[in-house]
Amino acid sequence: MVKSDVKVLGAWPSPFVMRARIALNIKSVDYEFLEETLGSKSELLLKSNPIHKKIPVLIHQDKPVCESLIIVHYVDEVWSSGPSILPSDPYDRAIARFWAAYLDEKWFPSMRGMASAQGEEAKKAAVDQFVEGLNLMEDAYVKLSKGKPFFGGDKIGYLDIAFGCFLAWLRVTEKTSGMKFLDEARTPHLAKWAVSFCADPAVKDVMPETEKLAEFAKLLAKFKPAPPK
Amino acid sequence: MAEEVKLLKTWSSLFGLRIVWALKLKGIQFDSIDEDLANKSPLLLQYNPVYKKVPVLVHNGKSISESLVILEYIDETWRQNPLLCQDPYEKAMARFWAKFGDDKVLSSIWSVFIKQGKEQEEALEVAMENLKLLEENLKGKKFFGGEKIGFLDLALGWLANLICVLEELSDIKIIDKERFPLLLGWMQEFSQAPIINESWPPHDKLLTKFQIIRENQLKLAAAQPT
Repeated sequence: MVKSDVKVLGAWPSPFVMRARIALNIKSVDYEFLEETLGSKSELLLKSNPIHKKIPVLIHQDKPVCESLIIVHYVDEVWSSGPSILPSDPYDRAIARFWAAYLDEKWFPSMRGMASAQGEEAKKAAVDQFVEGLNLMEDAYVKLSKGKPFFGGDKIGYLDIAFGCFLAWLRVTEKTSGMKFLDEARTPHLAKWAVSFCADPAVKDVMPETEKLAEFAKLLAKFKPAPPK
Repeated sequence: MAEEVKLLKTWSSLFGLRIVWALKLKGIQFDSIDEDLANKSPLLLQYNPVYKKVPVLVHNGKSISESLVILEYIDETWRQNPLLCQDPYEKAMARFWAKFGDDKVLSSIWSVFIKQGKEQEEALEVAMENLKLLEENLKGKKFFGGEKIGFLDLALGWLANLICVLEELSDIKIIDKERFPLLLGWMQEFSQAPIINESWPPHDKLLTKFQIIRENQLKLAAAQPT
């Protein structure tokens, strides 16, 4: 078997790793998926990402690229003959990048914040922030999709990938909290979009099943130290 | 249609400066609006409702926020004097280090500035580790972008000015000649480039502003229960 010159260092539960894999799938690029073991970091990972020591890392022709959104850009630019991931218009690109950065800097941390919040008040604040973020994304979807199925239009694009990768963890959060966040009642457009996104050929094989991820979340909780009192 | 380019920033905003530099390097005419963040204008709230922060670029009525996003927008809209090179791997590296600068370098240097005593020493060690990585990045290069100022120079450009201010006020040397000869060299080259040089905020005003910030931060820290 010919060894692929494209490798992804990652783990199946990571939404950030999913971004890299979806991007490669869109471009029909064959890659070797090297899974890291929970609780330890491989030599290759430490060598390829010495600064952050985090997944995902894309290794292309022996050169590592780190940070999931940077990887998605890289894949789009290298395999430029495949379907485009970033929009072509500079303003549309800027808006997609803006929202992707928002998701990483504000929204995803608020999802994690819900799980780690101590006390009723803190929990409520975290939930409020999370829901506010979802409402912003619902509005952004309406504005950017212009009636088409995805943020990127007819096909999935950068912002679909940046946001959609969190869907499995969002479902796990709903399961463990007993609360509903993304559904027809609250976010009707995103609810529809989520179904289309998860069914996309570039996504369905890398999107974890909610049950499997929920089991993993329980395992992960055991690894985490107890929050300070 | 005549182009209309507006930049909302503050007089001292580090991130706003990036955009000033980028627009000037590209030769773009723009109107600058200095905001008072204690009293945000309706324009700012309209153009950046999510964060309500500067800088915001408004191009023909359409607004873009987040300085690194704005930089890429400027580079893709006005193609003269490119900031990012064409090679995807080099682009990825520039983006990676720009993010590192914002996520790690800035916060570690800020920690040095707002602390004192043992805490400051510990913060300094972290800052030094981060700066070492930037120093390595400069090997064999005049600028982070190579022969000319590029995206990463603009992203890290705040170092070239703010470090002097912070060192003066906290009486501590962060970037010294022995450990960081390349970084010091870059700071000088970058600062003296005409477009960069003419845009620095007034030094005395910066000293006053950051002195107040440092004093307030130290007071806050002293008031914390141990």
